[in-house]
Amino acid sequence: MDILRFITAGSVDDGKSTLIGRLLYDSKSIMADQLEAIEKQTKNKTSGGIDLALLTDGLRAEREQGITIDVAYKYFSTQKRKFIIADAPGHIQYTRNMVTGASNSELIIILIDARNGVVEQTKRHSIIASLLKIPHVVVAVNKMDLVNYSQDVYNNIVIDFAKVAQSIGLNDVHYIPMSAAHGDNIVEPSAALSWYSGLPLLQFLENIALEDDIDLKQARFPVQYVIRPQTRELHDYRGYAGKINSGIYKKGDAVVVLPSGVETSIEKIEVAGKEVAEAFAPQSAVFHLKDDLDVSRGDMIVKTNDLPTQSNELDLLMCWMDNKTLVNGNKYLLQLNNKKTKAVIKKIEYKLDVNSLEKKEAPEKVSLNDIVKISLKTASPVLFDSYEKLRSAGSAILIDETSNVTVGACMIV
Amino acid sequence: MSNYRLDYLEQLESESIHIFREVAAQFEKPALLFSGGKDSIVLVHLALKAFRPGKFPFPLVHIDTGHNFREALDFRDALTLEIGEKLIVRQVEDTIRERQLTEPKGKFASRNALQTYTLLDTIEEFGFDACIGGARRDEEKARAKERIFSVRDEFGQWDPKLQRPELWNIYNGKIHKGENVRVFPISNWTELDIWNYIRRENIALPSIYFAHNREVLEYEGQLVAISPFIQLEEADKISVKQVRYRTVGDMTCTAAVESSAVRIEDIINEIIATKTSERGETRIDDKVSEAAMEDRKKNGYF
Repeated sequence: MDILRFITAGSVDDGKSTLIGRLLYDSKSIMADQLEAIEKQTKNKTSGGIDLALLTDGLRAEREQGITIDVAYKYFSTQKRKFIIADAPGHIQYTRNMVTGASNSELIIILIDARNGVVEQTKRHSIIASLLKIPHVVVAVNKMDLVNYSQDVYNNIVIDFAKVAQSIGLNDVHYIPMSAAHGDNIVEPSAALSWYSGLPLLQFLENIALEDDIDLKQARFPVQYVIRPQTRELHDYRGYAGKINSGIYKKGDAVVVLPSGVETSIEKIEVAGKEVAEAFAPQSAVFHLKDDLDVSRGDMIVKTNDLPTQSNELDLLMCWMDNKTLVNGNKYLLQLNNKKTKAVIKKIEYKLDVNSLEKKEAPEKVSLNDIVKISLKTASPVLFDSYEKLRSAGSAILIDETSNVTVGACMIV
Repeated sequence: MSNYRLDYLEQLESESIHIFREVAAQFEKPALLFSGGKDSIVLVHLALKAFRPGKFPFPLVHIDTGHNFREALDFRDALTLEIGEKLIVRQVEDTIRERQLTEPKGKFASRNALQTYTLLDTIEEFGFDACIGGARRDEEKARAKERIFSVRDEFGQWDPKLQRPELWNIYNGKIHKGENVRVFPISNWTELDIWNYIRRENIALPSIYFAHNREVLEYEGQLVAISPFIQLEEADKISVKQVRYRTVGDMTCTAAVESSAVRIEDIINEIIATKTSERGETRIDDKVSEAAMEDRKKNGYF
């Protein structure tokens, strides 16, 4: 049994909350008392059923306004997998929340209302999925009951979406027709959709292969924390702790410590307190090196034959996440691979239109939810890979030094 | 499954260890809030994995309401002794006296809200800049929206609308003086994950988690332990039942469940079969209103 983290993209109108409610309900992850609580709140009782959407509305402000203001995490599991859903609102003003939810997801469910087909919002969600490099995409063609379960309607949507997917470079796209409100093709196959030969959504989610999502070839280990007990018995113990971003490390491997460039080898590896012969991503591990070196947080231990880029200039795509606008020339802190480095924005190259992927002229002020291409200069050289190459070693955040708030989500180009 | 694939408990464990080490690396003066309940016991277990053979880079801190179960307190003391770490205990009783707070009244008068005062005083007394807690997102819908690194202002308040975005596994622990961060390393674990992990790791728990005979009061469908902290009336029906605790909080606001489960396996089977959520079945304090937890969090509660 492993974990699949996925994000659902769509608005309330697409039936997103109903879909999540249905997954939780049909997988028996909702308890009687929680059901009772939403039954009490169900405003529209004429439909006879309960309003599954209420299951996902968390905070009072949201219930009062009928909106979602933040990413909510939901959990359920089956015999095969544990699932973590990042439920993010899909409206344009919430690009920030979708980027947040997408950053930790291995799969995205993009909801399409069968009556409306591929609309602007669908494109926006697809573009964000593509920018964040979510490995797997499920296009959920929902509300099939409202188009008489028509195969033609479904086929046309598939053709339309395939064009979008191709134009923005989305790979591994799967299509499933469904009706979340009626439970068609969510957990059980539906007689009304007998022309569809694929798996219902839940079975699909249970079976999709995730093995290739983590890169095991290129080894990246950013040092997070140094364990040095400094007691009499453990005087020489010096363990470099961290989470392996990618790759496999074995005892005896020849490694190089960056930025110093000193070569050494791995003498011992510990995982969760036990000595092991090898460790791999995404394990949290402790490395002991053969030579006594000065290694600290933010340094990187990599294999000698495959080095990351080291530079004080980097280009990145950034989603601006703050209410204050970005000011060209301002200094910020870049948090990348466990290291915080002062950085100054040298140039805003262009703004990306999240509805069309067109490059627009750089705006004077970059504001909340804007996605821009920028060039940064850091106070000292930093270690990184491109996000395209290694999602984990090419992602960073920008912090406003005066407010301490995370203002930018960065993907290194 | 390939040799290089972690199962779900290993993934969760790895994530939690990473969060613990981020706290150690990013903060000057962290603390681990430890109550002797199962979630905080799992936290201690994960901290051992994150930092041994070194010492914890933080003390354990318990805010004692004075209404705790004896078994949980004894367990707390025994475990701290066994692992040789520092424990700081602060009493809500003292805060009530020193600050002349008014004790809540009523049948199940709970100090749950008052412990926030003691917590905030303790944070100030020691200058803690990060407090690690065992809250899980599956417990409650306000918790479902809280960050793993949750910044609180100098009044300990949580503002759900002003949370920092939390991207990838990058945690921003930068704060201003006087602010603190609540850190939740087991955010992504569910109740069942916790129990499966306890089983796999063979983690010891206080005896009240297992079936035992106890004098209880049956009140609106919930079983409340008889203790000096609740007010009994003549009409109250008291009986001895075989019960266990699904969560351990104060004796005044935690209900027991009828159970004959004496082994971890039995408990796991009960949880798989149950139709009631953890807090719904056992937390009297959540029933006050639809937004009880949201309101308490905004006031500095965990």
